[in-house]
Amino acid sequence: MLYIPGNNPAMLQQGSVYGADGLLLDLEDAVALNQKDAARTLVSHMLKYISYEGCEVTVRVNHIDTPFGLEDLKQIVPLQPNAIRLPKVETLDEIERIINVIEQIEDECGLPHDVMNVHVMIETALGVQNVYDIAKYSSRIDAISIGGQDLAADMQLVKANDGVGIDYARKQIVMAAKACKIDVFDTVYVDVENEDGLREEAEYIKKLGFTGKAIINPRQIEVVNEVFTPTDLEIRKAAKIVKAFERNKAEGIGVFAVDGKMVDAPVVQRALRVLEMADVDVESL
Amino acid sequence: MKLITKAQAGSFESSDVLIMVEPVVEGAGRIIELKSIVMQQFGDDLLKQINDGLDFYEINDVRLIINDKGALPPTISARLETALKRAAQLQTGTLK
Repeated sequence: MLYIPGNNPAMLQQGSVYGADGLLLDLEDAVALNQKDAARTLVSHMLKYISYEGCEVTVRVNHIDTPFGLEDLKQIVPLQPNAIRLPKVETLDEIERIINVIEQIEDECGLPHDVMNVHVMIETALGVQNVYDIAKYSSRIDAISIGGQDLAADMQLVKANDGVGIDYARKQIVMAAKACKIDVFDTVYVDVENEDGLREEAEYIKKLGFTGKAIINPRQIEVVNEVFTPTDLEIRKAAKIVKAFERNKAEGIGVFAVDGKMVDAPVVQRALRVLEMADVDVESL
Repeated sequence: MKLITKAQAGSFESSDVLIMVEPVVEGAGRIIELKSIVMQQFGDDLLKQINDGLDFYEINDVRLIINDKGALPPTISARLETALKRAAQLQTGTLK
């Protein structure tokens, strides 16, 4: 998911051509305090005018307790982007309050409550402690993400870029997302020049169970897509497992072997996930 | 909308437009200074969009200085709206 500064017309109008799966139009940290109103208005007009076909569009608003958050919601919610991203959520009461405001705005506009999703960002130690309660609060929360830079600041970490200090938080957030059966996105990798470092981090967070990673520069798209897209070998192996499962299921066999390795229901589930990520239709196998 | 103070919005970046707004005395009309890198191709469209925007906000007396760097219509609309609302002191969290 590519962050696009909300006050940058050139990037906003070109957002969908870079090849990212999703765009995060940012009204929060990427916008100077004295340009918040300009960014909000620009993003509103862009959403009405530009077709971001093929990209999921999410708008990150400012926190509701800042002087900008409520106005962000009033302008953006009626436009119903694919999702609204809420930064620095820390408690259950807070998410309840924000979603109530969103739904009041939707009611005033005659909009349903089940079209626009909500993404929650966990960016403080308190948020990490409460993440499961926050994530399960509403069925319209379909993703959570970790904001590594703010979390590192909240934890008073001097060195944050190696990821050591936020490792526990990453795992806690992944576990909460998996428990709620929703997506989970990793934080940005700020060293745009360091492609190897980005790849290493993307491979690590994929192993942890993250669904994807936020990025801050179009140059980072290719690396992250490469890491998260199943390889041909992985796809072939998954297809073989699923086909063997179907054959064995017809004969009433639940556990069997493929290439000398035991296959049971969880292995089949992971193989199906690989095929889903590769956009392979299981029926066509 | 009543304009109270000078204000501006936008930038000189490519694909953006810088719009400066200044209140003028009643009856002075719309004084619009327009520069655009695509003046020859889109100057008339740009001017029409600006006038439509002023009609929408019911502003008949204003001085506008517009420097366009190839902005798309939504950018022009957004920058005009921001500049006018700042000039009318309707927006919070903005440059005064």
